[in-house]
Amino acid sequence: MNVKGTVIKYGDNVDTDVIIPARYLNTSDKKELASHCMEDLDKTFVTRVKPGDMMVAGNNFGCGSSREHAPIAIKESGISLVIAKSFARIFYRNAINIGLPIIECPDAAEDISEGDIVEADFEKGVIRNVTKNKEYKTMPFPAFIQQIIQAGGLVEAVNKGMIKPV
Amino acid sequence: MTMTQKILAAHAGLKSVEPGQLILARVDMVLGNDITSPVAINEFKKINAGRVFDNKKISLVMDHFVPNKDIKAAEQTKKCRDFAREHNIEHFYDCGRMGVEHALLPENGLVTAGDVVIGADSHTCTYGALGAFSTGVGSTDMACGMATGMAWFKVPSAIKFNLTGKLNKWVSGKDVILHIIGKIGVSGALYKSMEFTGDGVRSLTMSDRLCMANMAIEAGAKNGIFEVDDITLSFLKYAGAKEPVVYKADADAVYEKVYDIDLSEIKPTVAFPHLPENTKTFDEIGDIKIDQVVIGSCTNGRLQDLIEAAEVLKGRKVADGVRAIIIPATQKIYMQAMEMGLIKTFIEAGAAVSTPTCGPCLGGHMGILAKGERAVATTNRNFVGRMGHPESEVYLASPAVAAASAVTGKLSEPKEVVGE
Repeated sequence: MNVKGTVIKYGDNVDTDVIIPARYLNTSDKKELASHCMEDLDKTFVTRVKPGDMMVAGNNFGCGSSREHAPIAIKESGISLVIAKSFARIFYRNAINIGLPIIECPDAAEDISEGDIVEADFEKGVIRNVTKNKEYKTMPFPAFIQQIIQAGGLVEAVNKGMIKPV
Repeated sequence: MTMTQKILAAHAGLKSVEPGQLILARVDMVLGNDITSPVAINEFKKINAGRVFDNKKISLVMDHFVPNKDIKAAEQTKKCRDFAREHNIEHFYDCGRMGVEHALLPENGLVTAGDVVIGADSHTCTYGALGAFSTGVGSTDMACGMATGMAWFKVPSAIKFNLTGKLNKWVSGKDVILHIIGKIGVSGALYKSMEFTGDGVRSLTMSDRLCMANMAIEAGAKNGIFEVDDITLSFLKYAGAKEPVVYKADADAVYEKVYDIDLSEIKPTVAFPHLPENTKTFDEIGDIKIDQVVIGSCTNGRLQDLIEAAEVLKGRKVADGVRAIIIPATQKIYMQAMEMGLIKTFIEAGAAVSTPTCGPCLGGHMGILAKGERAVATTNRNFVGRMGHPESEVYLASPAVAAASAVTGKLSEPKEVVGE
């Protein structure tokens, strides 16, 4: 799978409370959640995000609450990929489970600037910064996680009989 | 192997596991609340099985926006209620019976030592205090857990906290965990287990331990876990939990780091906005005027917390211009506090006492902050906008510090109010 988009960049410790504030958690409607995405950190996000855009951030992205509403809001906003130096662990598994593409890559997250055009090839594990004409290698996901991603998320993996009692 | 690795291996049907290994493990309890369960129910409906794996191993606790704060919240709890009825969920807790989930499950004996618990709530790590492997997940994990009784995990490496000594008066588990988070940072234990052992554990009450394990997530940890001792076993017995399985770390268990913490050196500690790692002790704190105090939550809404708050508030008044909100975490705690006269103390001091709810902790309802306002809260997060307006501030502290601050109207140490 390949994606290409313009980068919107944030810093370290972007928590799920700023990704989607709790005052909007009285719904599970994806479009409504997306309409408040990043609101307490960046009020301009919802007006400037375009389908295919990428989010790049620092350490511990998605820390805090387990609310799956956070990756849902980001995905529904049209974000095609989130690159970070590191992800908080619940956000990390939620993204995999719902099929929001994420890549942990400290080099890329450090080097990429707001507004850069970036391409990513998930199978080869390569991120290419078109604007800066640079490439960053990433660690591919472990086989088990790739299978969940290829199935289209955890629910589909369950339906395909991949999650069986031991 | 560490305690965590042993529990995971046993639940994955494996002799041993290694850090980084991906496993499928059986779960003993799947938990959700009124915010995360509706999303899980949507996902559950897409699963072909169409039924839950075990109606006794699922807990649905309506605690975040309950009593329903608005029409949308009411629709969400209705969705959970309908699901609980349809699937005959035994542990469904609605308004009037519910409490803050992480206080309620241990109290009702729904978790025991050696269990694997997943919960669609980040503070599910609380039950590590009981010697369980317990971790927060998302709604899709919850949905698949409800359908299959299984979850996938990456086996974590561990950091060991070797506790020695004893806490001083007016210092509690909250101060210890804030001190630790201040030391290692909000991603200091990212993806890892925090294992608490050492002679010092024995001097900590279950409330202290539950509070500490609860905030393991604020250091990024996958779980926090305490070595099981007599105090744990008698707690589990009293709660009516099923037979515990006690796992001890192997003598040659590998830890990425070991921290020695002398409990007698811990001082009342406060986390300043907007991260739990921004900790200070009172020798570094000047005059910080406050508008609100919140005592409650899954972190500090237990009976011991209310007793400590009442010790400070007894015969004193909440300062003019300060709103004090006190929320017993469960109905049982509320009742005990009433019988002990604590509720009377709170009301006489001028505090508002509420039915159990997570409410203000996450900026849901029951105590939202206006622009520019400051709160001292016994809750667990002080992120931007956590308790209300994005330009409000939350200072995290123990119940004793919160109560003392309510009396003086500024961030204060308990001894300032009640003496040494």
